[in-house]
Amino acid sequence: MKTCFERLVNGLIKENPTFVLMLGMCPTLAVTTSAINGVGMGLTTTAVLIMSNIIISLLRKVIPDGVRIPAFIVVIASFVTITELLLKAYIPSLFDSLGLYIPLIVVNCIILGRAESYASKYNVFYSAFDGLGMGLGFTFGLTCIGIVREIIGGGTVFSIRIMPEAYEPLTIFILAPGAFLVLAFLVALMNALRLRKGKDTGIGGNCDKLCRSCPNTACGGKRMETEV
Amino acid sequence: MSDMINVSASPHVRSKMSTSTIMFLVIIGLLPAGIYGIWQFGFNAALLIAVCIATCVLSELLYDLLMKKRSTVKDLSAVVTGLLLALNLPPDATWWMAVIGSFFAIIVVKMLFGGLGQNFMNPALAGRCFLIICFTSRMTSFSYDSVTLATPLAIIKDGGAVNLMDMFLGRIPGTIGEVSAAALLAGALFLILMGIIDFRIPCAYLVSFVIFMGLFSGNGWDVTYLAAQICGGGLILGAFFMATDYVTSPITKTGRVIFGVCCGLLTGMFRVFSSSAEGVSYAIIISNLLVPLIEKITLPKCFGKGGEI
Repeated sequence: MKTCFERLVNGLIKENPTFVLMLGMCPTLAVTTSAINGVGMGLTTTAVLIMSNIIISLLRKVIPDGVRIPAFIVVIASFVTITELLLKAYIPSLFDSLGLYIPLIVVNCIILGRAESYASKYNVFYSAFDGLGMGLGFTFGLTCIGIVREIIGGGTVFSIRIMPEAYEPLTIFILAPGAFLVLAFLVALMNALRLRKGKDTGIGGNCDKLCRSCPNTACGGKRMETEV
Repeated sequence: MSDMINVSASPHVRSKMSTSTIMFLVIIGLLPAGIYGIWQFGFNAALLIAVCIATCVLSELLYDLLMKKRSTVKDLSAVVTGLLLALNLPPDATWWMAVIGSFFAIIVVKMLFGGLGQNFMNPALAGRCFLIICFTSRMTSFSYDSVTLATPLAIIKDGGAVNLMDMFLGRIPGTIGEVSAAALLAGALFLILMGIIDFRIPCAYLVSFVIFMGLFSGNGWDVTYLAAQICGGGLILGAFFMATDYVTSPITKTGRVIFGVCCGLLTGMFRVFSSSAEGVSYAIIISNLLVPLIEKITLPKCFGKGGEI
């Protein structure tokens, strides 16, 4: 149970796919014009991610190593197709606003990345939680970006007007350049928070040998080299 | 380490020219255009200039304070950025537009990349483009004598005729600083004579632009048309005051010519083939992005290196 919880925290905060791993940038930048699109895209990806992680984890002893990528893609593409048809049938408005980016979930590097680095090595239960954590982390990232872009670029959040009527929206924020600006500022904010936290624990904190997601930039991989 | 032993490598160039002197001279060079703009468009133009400069200086001051850096306000570069941005605003722009544009120019484009000397594109132009994308209709509606009119460039794009003398002297609608070619040229001449700006960039810019327009605009080598294209819009302001920005133009002499040609060709392309009549700002900031590449290919070779093998 501890591992399950650790997987959730890992996906949401420590290795947040949007703000830390910088994976899946294409949907992150393209669909977050409004908060509801961000939530929709995030949850759709989460559903696909959990299912594909489960199936790939089940099949991890069957899939030959040499053809694992095509095998993963077949599994992921099947679930994306299922999700796409379900969305089309039950939430047509979301389907319309996400458009092309739903089939593109197949090539989302978060899903393939988790299949490759986690689901193909660990058991079904853990893999499902890993998928859930990563998916929720992705949803969190997309929603944050969507909310900021919608407030500045349209004066609303989830289509509810929160800015006064006189507010003239800065349209650039719901266009492509705004996505880059907001993403950059949010990543900077997250890094600032993580760095502050890293200072409290000091260099002697826990080293989990994941330098890429480690907040301690002062260490720069030295600790891992000496300990391993 | 104290300042006493902070010695840099030779050669030690001594010059009375400092960043703030250069910026001060640029401000003087921009004064004729600014004063003409205020005289022409009245109180709102003066207000916009004041708001832009004040916001730029305050943003830089606050950023340095918050980041605990040495204050860089004294080099006057923020004043120049604010003045240039204000000259690029339509006279009917509101004060809060000026605040947003100046804030973006200084904080996002200049300070976040490391301050003066590190910015990858001209802050004033980036601020203007930011405002154009955000408030397209407000930024492209120009009035003259309280009547909203099409700019001369829009008129000639639609095939109409314009009075060349009015365009040269500045009796036309346009942004605060761009309308009077005469005032701008006077300031530019002063800066060239003082050795502040390099004539290569504006010359290459204007020549390549004229050649491009002659070849592709569909009006052939009609002198009136070409003169109107040069005097209209922000071309002169851009060529002499914005493209020559030290930070965002190449260091090498050949590089400056290439940079000017890039600006000229892009401006021509935007004016002829795009839906809008003006394209100077986008042309210059896109060329700004090419500067590292231009400098790389025009880097002078060390003596004794790089000959034929």
